[in-house]
Amino acid sequence: MNAILNTIFAKHRQQPGALLPILHDIQHELGYVPEEAVPLIARELNLSRAEVHGVITFYQHFRQTPPGKHLVRVCCAEACQANGSEALAAHAAKRLQGEDETLEPVYCLGLCSMGPAIQIDETELHARVTPQKFDALMHKLGEKA
Amino acid sequence: MNELDYGTPAVESDHEVTLHIDGISVTVPAGTSVMRAAVKAGVMIPKLCATDSLQPFGSCRLCLVEIEGRRGYPSSCTTPAAAGMTVRTQTPKLAELRRNVMELYISDHPLDCLTCAASGDCELQSTAAQVGLREVRYGMAGANHFTAAKKDVSNPYFIHNPAKCIVCNRCVRACEEQQGTFALTISGRGFASRVTAGQGESFMDSDCVSCGACVNACPTAALIEKSAVRLGSTEKSVVTTCAYCGVGCGFKAEMKGTQVVRMTPWKDGKANEGHACVKGRFAWGYATHKDRITKPMIRAKTSDPWREVSWDEAFEYAASEFRRVQEKYGKNSVGALVSSRCTNEEDFLVQKLVRAAFGNNNVDTCARVCHAPTGYGLGQTLGTSAGTQTFKSVEKSDVILLIGSNPSEGHPVVGSRLKRRVREGAKLIVIDPRAIDMVTAPHARATYHLKLRPGTNVAMLSALAHVIVTEGLVNEQFVAERCETQAYADWREFAARPANSPEAMEGVTGVPAADVRAAARLYATGGNAAIFYGLGVTEHSQGSTAVIAIANLAMATGNVGREGVGVNPLRGQNNVQGSCDMGGFPDIYPGYRHVSDNATRELFEKAWSVNLQAEPGLRIPNMLEAALDGSFKGLYCQGEDPAQSDPNTQHVQAALAAMECVVVQDLFLNETAKFAHVFLPGASFLEKDGTFTNGERRISRVRKVMPPLAGKADWEVTLGLAAALGYPMHYDHPSQIMDEIARLTPTFAGVSYDKLEKMGSVQWPCNDKKPQGTPLMHVEGFVRGKGRFFNTQYVPTDEKVMPRFPLLLTTGRILSQYNVGAQTRRTENVQFYGEDVLEIHPHDAEERGIKQGDWVGIQSRAGDTVLRATVTERVQPGVVYTTFHFPESGANVITTDNSDWATNCPEYKVTAVQLVKVDQPSAWQKRNAREDEKQKKLLAGVAGK
Repeated sequence: MNAILNTIFAKHRQQPGALLPILHDIQHELGYVPEEAVPLIARELNLSRAEVHGVITFYQHFRQTPPGKHLVRVCCAEACQANGSEALAAHAAKRLQGEDETLEPVYCLGLCSMGPAIQIDETELHARVTPQKFDALMHKLGEKA
Repeated sequence: MNELDYGTPAVESDHEVTLHIDGISVTVPAGTSVMRAAVKAGVMIPKLCATDSLQPFGSCRLCLVEIEGRRGYPSSCTTPAAAGMTVRTQTPKLAELRRNVMELYISDHPLDCLTCAASGDCELQSTAAQVGLREVRYGMAGANHFTAAKKDVSNPYFIHNPAKCIVCNRCVRACEEQQGTFALTISGRGFASRVTAGQGESFMDSDCVSCGACVNACPTAALIEKSAVRLGSTEKSVVTTCAYCGVGCGFKAEMKGTQVVRMTPWKDGKANEGHACVKGRFAWGYATHKDRITKPMIRAKTSDPWREVSWDEAFEYAASEFRRVQEKYGKNSVGALVSSRCTNEEDFLVQKLVRAAFGNNNVDTCARVCHAPTGYGLGQTLGTSAGTQTFKSVEKSDVILLIGSNPSEGHPVVGSRLKRRVREGAKLIVIDPRAIDMVTAPHARATYHLKLRPGTNVAMLSALAHVIVTEGLVNEQFVAERCETQAYADWREFAARPANSPEAMEGVTGVPAADVRAAARLYATGGNAAIFYGLGVTEHSQGSTAVIAIANLAMATGNVGREGVGVNPLRGQNNVQGSCDMGGFPDIYPGYRHVSDNATRELFEKAWSVNLQAEPGLRIPNMLEAALDGSFKGLYCQGEDPAQSDPNTQHVQAALAAMECVVVQDLFLNETAKFAHVFLPGASFLEKDGTFTNGERRISRVRKVMPPLAGKADWEVTLGLAAALGYPMHYDHPSQIMDEIARLTPTFAGVSYDKLEKMGSVQWPCNDKKPQGTPLMHVEGFVRGKGRFFNTQYVPTDEKVMPRFPLLLTTGRILSQYNVGAQTRRTENVQFYGEDVLEIHPHDAEERGIKQGDWVGIQSRAGDTVLRATVTERVQPGVVYTTFHFPESGANVITTDNSDWATNCPEYKVTAVQLVKVDQPSAWQKRNAREDEKQKKLLAGVAGK
């Protein structure tokens, strides 16, 4: 971890306001921002541990634990909510219970006319997702793995 | 109990604006908030997130106002007052808005006011009343935080109860703005927002330093003192002065009868301006600790059990012993130590007793072992034995040079001031062998850390001078106008010598020359530059030389005589400045006048109706030497513990054991009392009236809030002893002692309790010329006339590494413990730091097979002891470090009797040592533990012990 962090720190050393770019890079490299990284980030940027922790927890995007095998995001922004994303999210939580997948809400995937929408592994987008369609997608995901 | 809260801090401006608030016309400095202007006009706008110790934040939305010509409802805390502005704070619309906001707050707040510890002292409660909240239409059943997070009771002094938190952010901001630790944050977002310590750990596990700023800032019971929870609300508060370090913070002792409920920092205290540290704020429980000795005791031999006696018998016995000793061994065979912990008035009386009743000048103070070189060095160069500034002056500094001082541990409130100024943009240069907290504090990183070898301050300071002289950075106009020409020319020639260049000194200090050059340029050219220093400068064989070198730098660059600059010694103890001012020295009378000066001596002879000795008496080390020689046999030791605090413990113990009459006046049976024949119980600062003088020459009142546990304040004890010695002195109240001090001391001529009552505090000199005191020294010219440069030739200490002792030990202190620890060890502060440990660099540790937590034997030529190792890169290779707060550690068994050439101030900061891994305490520690046990048994016959 330290080697990865040092590379990331070096990349951003001259950059003002480097905390968010550093957190993004760490999450990109490690999948999450480990607790042990926080004191090192704080020292690098001359911040306190609490400040870094505050920023990490402020943003939904940053994870403090390693993600599951797959990352499933359900859009919970207004347009998708209007098309039943709350029910879909509840269904998803039930469907993925006990499985090694990470389920997160996300606020707008840009598919407002085709809600509810979901995103898988930050790569695939799916629109007009019904519970049935969700199960099918998860089934496929399971097979892929 | 609560002082008026203006909501936002005062603003300084060169012009004022007049505005109208609810029809009242009010004039304030430009930039003042509408909220503060309103308070000035007598209009209290409801608020929750605003308090005048913190910058405005604008989050609670209760302080909304209407401003003519502006749209909407701006928050008054974040809106600056403008000329001609018309503000309305009470309209039906505003009332409705505020009630609605308050309703939302209360819908997520437990309704247990009757059983809440903050009841009656809760801003949420009073603001709800102020806005007229009558119902909560949302009910209390919705989502809330009542049970989500558990109470955090980890800190020994306060609790954090998230259920009562309204997330106003005041605690987080106090930790950042006031304290500068940044231990708190708001985690999460929206409804999930919660005050969080560190990375979501308990307060104790976080970076929290327990200064109490967050507790002070909290408007509810989310953060509240455990003592307030336990004891309930207070009846009155009495303004007094902290009895810990030399910062001299003003406090309010909040009382229930004669019981202290809590100590809260006083906003109008000019040294601290509403801030505090863990010691003054919380660690006052020692005052009523069961170890307090409250009856006078005597014994013929130190191996005899103690016998409780009446005050009169104790006085008679002590006096008859002193007289017997003087008859047998001569007038000069007795002496006294005045306490840097006692009041000015008490110190004055003890030196008066020595000079008038003992008839000699054998009086010294523990300043001997800390800042005596400051008195000497600054006296020689500038003409005053004290700092040149107010602490507040640092707000105008552009460069801060910190040398041999660890303010965030030793002088925390000054440390916080420095950090704040660095966060505001001032540059910081740290010269210290260790990577102290100030080097990397959040948002306040030092520009340069010159990590020199212990014992090389003078080499470093001469190298800085070299750069300033040879690179043309001297403020020639200032020097020509203000300093002695010939002395300057000599110094200039000296400083310019190649031998003093950073390059030549690099081998000595171990600091790269380029860094030294850069730091010197920054100090000389960076604007207002202030030097802060501590015992890391003075406690060396060249301590006085280093102080002179510091004054040289300040004079050469013209950094004396105005705000934001100067030379600021950080004094160790609450009244060490005062004990020096009061003549607690063998060679000077109060006000730094030499005993050989006929006019001064005659003045005192006339006032005291006695003949006084014209020759200086003995310093502490001389007294100890003389005791071992058999010519010094009696010591009156007021509130000082040389057996623990002075170097080379075994030597001190042998000297004390050789005396025939040792009278100890103290709160506790301290280490020195183990060698005592008479014990006179002392009184804590809560039990007496008087004054303390802090490191900025500020005289502040100490006020009695409870009767002395032993029946007498320390000044009354000295009066009793003096009377028994046949020299009665008559004072009914310490104010009369101060009147005498004022009559006899030109620099104190204008000081009186009446004036202190009116002004709160005053900085000496205070006399006809300066009736309001002197915040800034040397403004027009130096006190000595022309400032005088002295050459500061670096002479290495005799204490150097050698094959037998290859490491250098340096000593210091830690935030939560204070000096010999007699007070702080008897408080919950031991939870923060329960034993002295030895810091060692990983490289040195590995070489010796030492791991974290191992017992390590430390040997010097003076002795040896055993401490637990902490392996850390805070120290540099070749250097080890420890504190001296616990007597059983025996840190001073190792330190040697090397001392400053001019003042005998011991060289605590440099001792050559060797380390070995061991599995048991040292021989001294075992002996000491046995002796400790034995002496405790001698107390066994005494009631209640």
